[in-house]
Amino acid sequence: MENLLQIKAENITIAYGDFVLMKNLNFEIKKQDIFIIMGGSGCGKSSLLRILTGLHSSPTGRFFIDGIDYVHSTPLQQKELMKKCGILYQSGALFSSMTLGENIALPLQQYTDYSPKLIKELVELKLALVGLKGFADFYPSEISGGMAKRAGLARALALDPEILYCDEPSAGLDPISSKLLDDLILDLNQSLGTTFVIVTHELASIFAVGSNSIFLDTESKSILARGNPKELLNNPPNEKIYEFLTRGKKHG
Amino acid sequence: MEITYKQNKEKLTVFLSGSYVDYDNEEEKSILYEKSQSRTIKEIVVEADDLKNWDSTLVVVLCKLRTIAQERKINYNFSSLPEHLSRLIDLAFSVDRKPTHSDSEFKCYLERLGNIGVNAWKSFCRGCHFMRLSWSSIGRLLIGKAIFRKVDFLFSLEDCTYRAVGIISLVSFMVGLILAFVGAIQLKNFGAQIYVASLVAIGMTRIMGAIMAGVVVSGRTGASYAATIGTMQVNEELDALKTMGISIIDFLVLPRISSLIISMPFITLLADAMGILGGGTVGILMLGISPEEYIKYTTDALNMKNFLVGVFHGFIYGYVIAICGCYYGINCGRNADSVGVATTKAVVSSIVWMIVVTGIVTAAMEVLGI
Repeated sequence: MENLLQIKAENITIAYGDFVLMKNLNFEIKKQDIFIIMGGSGCGKSSLLRILTGLHSSPTGRFFIDGIDYVHSTPLQQKELMKKCGILYQSGALFSSMTLGENIALPLQQYTDYSPKLIKELVELKLALVGLKGFADFYPSEISGGMAKRAGLARALALDPEILYCDEPSAGLDPISSKLLDDLILDLNQSLGTTFVIVTHELASIFAVGSNSIFLDTESKSILARGNPKELLNNPPNEKIYEFLTRGKKHG
Repeated sequence: MEITYKQNKEKLTVFLSGSYVDYDNEEEKSILYEKSQSRTIKEIVVEADDLKNWDSTLVVVLCKLRTIAQERKINYNFSSLPEHLSRLIDLAFSVDRKPTHSDSEFKCYLERLGNIGVNAWKSFCRGCHFMRLSWSSIGRLLIGKAIFRKVDFLFSLEDCTYRAVGIISLVSFMVGLILAFVGAIQLKNFGAQIYVASLVAIGMTRIMGAIMAGVVVSGRTGASYAATIGTMQVNEELDALKTMGISIIDFLVLPRISSLIISMPFITLLADAMGILGGGTVGILMLGISPEEYIKYTTDALNMKNFLVGVFHGFIYGYVIAICGCYYGINCGRNADSVGVATTKAVVSSIVWMIVVTGIVTAAMEVLGI
């Protein structure tokens, strides 16, 4: 079970019009992996995540979720595949006119036939899982940035997704909140068996949670390295990776 | 699958076997919860050796059982659960802090009414203060000490003149047309339909042209001011200006006020002309008045006093619309929802204040005999 393939990307190109950011990206993400997409600012990490979540199309290539080609699926099939995925946006992206409870209940109301009572119980459970028990009646404007991130995570978890995409989850958080979020990601990964695909350049988070990774390089427009971040640090395949993983130290 | 249980003296054993995906059997759950809350039960044990698949719907049930056990201070034993499920339940119970919500206390009717009055007064005072700031800013502009970008002024001027010509022409033309139709119904009874020309000319130049221009500009430009400045508030751009020591009144409000108070008199003149044209269309094409006669009666009815009154109204409306749009934009909240609220408030309040100002100006002119 643990080594089964969850996502496979083939020849993905990231481009905006004629401007090509990355070309021919190939990588595989196994089930229950915490897969880190890392690289310098503007290298296309978030754009790659947008492609994998169907928000942006790639001019070439395709990707598979549980063996099904997402790119060449019908819109209905794509919708079904996306039901397996949850997304945590950089700012939490909570709907400001809804309470946290209503935010989390929304996907449950849209995609399940659960009774309102069960939906309420599930909302309470998801909030409890992210440490926000009792906050269901709060509006996003009434909570802190870190709490908004966790509430966003609770909403992403609403449908028990198999894959959870996180865009810069620790950006803008203090070190303690960032650590708590990392712990939460590890807990959810181990208890729910969720596969995490995380875009980040926060080194502490990369080493704390990452089990596998790719490093995107702007210069070569390709993947410069792949593997467990800690192993990449111990045996850096090239100078650039070492510099990135050590905040600019020179190798040797 | 169903959840079964067995009571053995003081011990309640809950059996989980098979798959519990989308488990939503309310009746079964309420019986189980009721049973576990029974006074005779002193221990809750979950047997899950045959448990296969599960999702959050089962976790909800197990969390509820644990909550009941904790509240009743009785023993619970969930050790036969799969490790990851057990860890998930622990995670749900790991943080148990009580949120402090600023719930509004119960207030009596009179107190709430009083609060509405106090808030309305405070809001009025804030509005007056904002107007005072805008006058100071205009004063600084006149002595050449206000800092704002010319391009902002020109962009704002373009937005409320060149880009607004089409919609204002159309609306004013239609209003002139309607005014002529409505007037003709009564005037026909006295064989005086020729006076439709005078009615439209006086009506449009004195007040209707200015009002219609004001309503359109309020919905178009005033709303755009509130939305633009409101979005800047959400993006913390206003905070950035403040911390840089730049006056947001000079930088953001002044170009908008000046462009509207300069352009509105001209927009009013355009609205007057288009309204007269609309009235003429009805008079000439449908009431059988000859073009020469229509033009003669129109020019006879037009006088400089009415023109100036209309233009003065346009000038005042320009200020009112700009103030309302900018005020609600600057006082916008910090989320996406509040931008919509600010925009709505800007449009509604500018139209309301336009009517109030019209009443005051009309009464003042009556007193002054203008």
